[in-house]
Amino acid sequence: MIVFLLKRLVAMIPMLLGITVISFAVIHLAPGSPTDMETMMMPKASLEAKARLRALYGLDQPLHIQYWNWLRRLVKFDFGDSFAPDRKKVIDKIAERLPITILINVLSLFMIFLVAIPIGVLSATHQDTFFDKVTTVFVFLGFATPTFWLALLSMILFGVHLQLLPISGIKSMGYEELSGIGKVIDVGRHLVLPLLLSAFGGLAGVSRYMRANMLEVIRMDYIVTARAKGLRESVVIYKHALRNALMPVVTILGLSVPGLIGGSVIFESIFAIPGMGQMFYQSVMSRDYPVVMGGLVIGAVLTLLGNLLADISYALVDPRVRVRHEG
Amino acid sequence: MPWLIPGSGCDMKGDGISNFREFLARLVSNRLALAGGVVVVSLFLLSLLAPQIAPYDPDEVDVKNILAGPGRQHLCGTDDVGRDVFSRMVYGARISLKVGFVAVGLATMIGVVLGALAGFYRGWVENVIMRFVDLMLCFPSFFLILAVVAILEPSIWNIMIIIGLTGWMGVARLVRAEFLTLRERDFVIAARSLGAADLRIIFVHILPNALPPVLVSATLGVAGAILTESALSFFGPGGAAAHAVLGKYLDGRKRQYRNSLVVITLSGLIYSNNRTRL
Repeated sequence: MIVFLLKRLVAMIPMLLGITVISFAVIHLAPGSPTDMETMMMPKASLEAKARLRALYGLDQPLHIQYWNWLRRLVKFDFGDSFAPDRKKVIDKIAERLPITILINVLSLFMIFLVAIPIGVLSATHQDTFFDKVTTVFVFLGFATPTFWLALLSMILFGVHLQLLPISGIKSMGYEELSGIGKVIDVGRHLVLPLLLSAFGGLAGVSRYMRANMLEVIRMDYIVTARAKGLRESVVIYKHALRNALMPVVTILGLSVPGLIGGSVIFESIFAIPGMGQMFYQSVMSRDYPVVMGGLVIGAVLTLLGNLLADISYALVDPRVRVRHEG
Repeated sequence: MPWLIPGSGCDMKGDGISNFREFLARLVSNRLALAGGVVVVSLFLLSLLAPQIAPYDPDEVDVKNILAGPGRQHLCGTDDVGRDVFSRMVYGARISLKVGFVAVGLATMIGVVLGALAGFYRGWVENVIMRFVDLMLCFPSFFLILAVVAILEPSIWNIMIIIGLTGWMGVARLVRAEFLTLRERDFVIAARSLGAADLRIIFVHILPNALPPVLVSATLGVAGAILTESALSFFGPGGAAAHAVLGKYLDGRKRQYRNSLVVITLSGLIYSNNRTRL
């Protein structure tokens, strides 16, 4: 297991480097410069002043040197300062907003698995029945619907018409005066809609995958053996079959991380949740290069970590994987 | 001929007519597929015949009827500057479909070429290409697309190209996997012994056999691309507001709640259909 872990960790290093190269290239090969934003509105800004501004940010140096400098600081988790008026450190900005994004994504992943796995299992054991068809339509509805559209509709319904749920932010006005439990409930109420909606969109992938796996597994010899032994059907399905069908689903977990993080841009912007997605969107709009680069790198690193986590848990539950990698 | 795989839908020399009949018979027997087919075909017709179907020019302004509700004169009402909503949606469907096909076409081309090279040559070529695939897969693609779109001039073509450039990795993996098994087959050895060049073997002999899974993933990709574009134009830097882009439409509506429900629902439904059926 340790060999396996070490191998995986070493393999991450070139990936991390690649991530930084791509993030850097994306931002810097584009036309226009961040200093344009500051000088565009000032017709009096002379060429000299513009040049000084570029030098201030180190933008006048050759690309490879800019990259090298950036990378050197990156190793120390120094993403530079934001171009935004607050001039905060990028790493602080991200650290401030990352927890809420991770919280939402973890919770919605949890909800996806909680709903999608039973759906997948039941629609496999009851293949082609009414239940199978209804759930198929249901999960694909979630897959096909543009999330931002559904988000707007549900805001109108639950927030405006029914006045049941808050529609923006994560805290109410009087948050500070609430008791401990009151605070939790308040945040919870704010998160209901974003969570339900993002989970709805992700149901299809996991449940269909689960269904396919389960269909494959229940045709295996050992299931026939289990039935032949006279075990109850529920034991056969939930103990013998489910365990084996569940394993590949773990890999989906890793694969769905980039989608979730990307999706948080949409949710956080619509529901005004102060998370990383919203920050990324705002910094893209204002060409706040250091924050955009920081966001890209952190987003990709989170994905890498997600994959690593999926690999590790896969190796933990399936000894065959461990052996193959160590051998 | 080596590329004749019965039932794979890519036997180029097969009897086209009887194949099509078989396809029709199977389609009719599956009601769900038939319903989907009808929706897809009507959407295509809608966007192809947009000038004939749309009662108004999508950019025509009807000053007397600004923010009109759905009625006889304007089927789905008008927007904040008096443009006919129904006409704009018909044209919007056109753009959505175009985005879907161009973006996926580009992604498929890149994916096929890189995947084919990796699967055929193996060795360092494969290593380099596949590590690059892994790398690109790490980026939350919406982040990447949003960043590039915001930096480049926001135009519908830029969006198509960027969605294409960030969506080829799955195809590359699929094609490589197909090539890995196909390159060992007898017909490839036969072609080689006849003196066929590498490129000829790759594109003429192996590729047609590797296509079926690629086509399936491409159809799903079209749906994904349309949805990505809708989200992008919704979030600002996307399709210029002058375009009758559906996503932009939803954005415009965000500002006035009045009679917005109709519009949001309708344009949203058009999207959902695109996505499930394609």
